[in-house]
Amino acid sequence: MDYSFALQQLVYGLTVGCLYGLLAIGYSMVYGVLRLINFAHGDLLMVSAYIGFFGIVIFHLPWPVSFAGAIALTALLGILIDRGAYKPIRKSPRINALITAIGVSFLLENVALVTIGGRPKSFPTPGFVSGAIVVGDVSIPTLSVWVFVVTVVLLTLCMAVVKKTRIGIAMRALSRDMETVMLMGVDKDRVISFTFALGSALAAAGGIMWCMKYPAVEPFMGVIPGLKAFVAAVLGGIGSISGAAMGGMILGLAEVFIVAVQPEWSGYRDAVAFFLMIVILLTRPTGIMGERLPD
Amino acid sequence: MLQIEDLQVSYGGIRALKGVSLEVGAKEIVTLLGSNGAGKSTTVRVISGLVIAQAGNIRFEGKNIKNLPPHKIQRHGLVHIPEGRKVFANLTIKENLLMGAYYTRAKSELSRLFDRVYDTFPILSSRSQQLAGTLSGGEQQMLAIGRALMSKPRLLIMDEPSLGLAPMVVADVFRIVEKIRDEGVTIFLIEQNANAALRIANYAFLLENGVISLEGPGYELLTNPKVKQAYLGGVSE
Ligand SMILES: Nc1ncnc2c1ncn2[C@@H]1O[C@H](COP(=O)(O)OP(=O)(O)OP(=O)(O)O)[C@@H](O)[C@H]1O
Ligand SMILES: [Mg+2]
Repeated sequence: MDYSFALQQLVYGLTVGCLYGLLAIGYSMVYGVLRLINFAHGDLLMVSAYIGFFGIVIFHLPWPVSFAGAIALTALLGILIDRGAYKPIRKSPRINALITAIGVSFLLENVALVTIGGRPKSFPTPGFVSGAIVVGDVSIPTLSVWVFVVTVVLLTLCMAVVKKTRIGIAMRALSRDMETVMLMGVDKDRVISFTFALGSALAAAGGIMWCMKYPAVEPFMGVIPGLKAFVAAVLGGIGSISGAAMGGMILGLAEVFIVAVQPEWSGYRDAVAFFLMIVILLTRPTGIMGERLPD
Repeated sequence: MLQIEDLQVSYGGIRALKGVSLEVGAKEIVTLLGSNGAGKSTTVRVISGLVIAQAGNIRFEGKNIKNLPPHKIQRHGLVHIPEGRKVFANLTIKENLLMGAYYTRAKSELSRLFDRVYDTFPILSSRSQQLAGTLSGGEQQMLAIGRALMSKPRLLIMDEPSLGLAPMVVADVFRIVEKIRDEGVTIFLIEQNANAALRIANYAFLLENGVISLEGPGYELLTNPKVKQAYLGGVSE
């Protein structure tokens, strides 16, 4: 594998990795706060894609408006999912919440299927992401630059919120001790809603960019990215934001490089994620950045 | 300031409180004594809304607060330091204190609160950027008290603040409790260390198997033969 070929694969790997990472953060944050694997999280990517699609194609809204709308509405949906599906069973055993999460996922997919239909819609790619920057033998798609910049900005913002703001501090406190957070006069449901909103907004941003890369919008488009993002979150250490981002990158790079080195393995591309997950669960169950939790 | 009438709580089928009535007067230290499993923590967890009561009344400054959610009760000025301190080990000391003042937005007010806590507990000031999990048990108790003071309590509930601390540190804790009372905060102190608690308490209740079996001024219980026998190790002075 020569140098520029490797660099080219690096560009591809980082691009997919950013998208996995954005999606993984929501999984990780919700798990951190509620110890819940929100299996409906991947479907938010699909919801955001449809909202973006309708905004642009049906309502002829400008790109930025459609994107902002998709992110805001998906964040709202994240809050509603928590309030409607998870909050009523907060005190039940964890397995109930897990089953509910799978139910919410099926619900979103099937509502999309029934109301919009299963035929993939082609997502219009805006002009500003087409083209590529060519450096020597390496071609960097403009979209990859956008994906990378947007991801870095969102990740930085998200980490700053969690590190510096009051609600971010409350999120971290809540992840360890819900009862004592309530004794501080904090309405825990507000903090939980905020967590869902933040994670869902990142998933929505990832969803829009996903569609620019793979421009087919359909009801089940969130399933595989969702599973991969879940693996990325476990890989990085579920509960950790930087871990989720890093897990996404590692997974994206691993997928791209394995296929690049062994093109005949390209059929196994999706299996890479699950192989990595098995390895990490066997060797380091808390993930790369994960800290050991008391339970 | 705080009135409790006929409070009844069961966990599943087990009755933990079988009709507890007590009263905490303003600007006093009132203590609730009892052995392991008597129902002390249950009593205060009901007061602060963590546990739902099946029957009874709880009034704080005249308002009915029974079965309100904990965050609403706290915002009435009733602040509860839980058993086992429960500092947020993954947050810094400063962040822990900030959690206590979650709704205090004004910068000047916030720095006044920080100054007061750092004055009372200089150790917290010098280590404000350190993770709370790295503090010793005694220091964590100071942090838990400091964090509660950040909430501007009018009534402070302390559930066994001396639990697991060395005698020297226990003495410090009790001195601080008196100091807080002298600053005008009412204290409801849960203790198993009956001797130390009765010495500083204006009034005391004894809880046995979910009922109040004895009450009276602190000094009176200190010399009560029954209390001496069961809770003061039988030592007379
Ligand atoms: N969450 C719970 N579920 C079931 N039973 C409980 C629960 N919490 C307390 N109990 C029971 O209620 C009774 C009173 O417990 P509580 O914690 O109030 O006692 P305590 O006086 O605070 O004891 P300690 O001095 O050990 O802290 C005990 O028999 C205890 O086992
Ligand atoms: Mg107790």
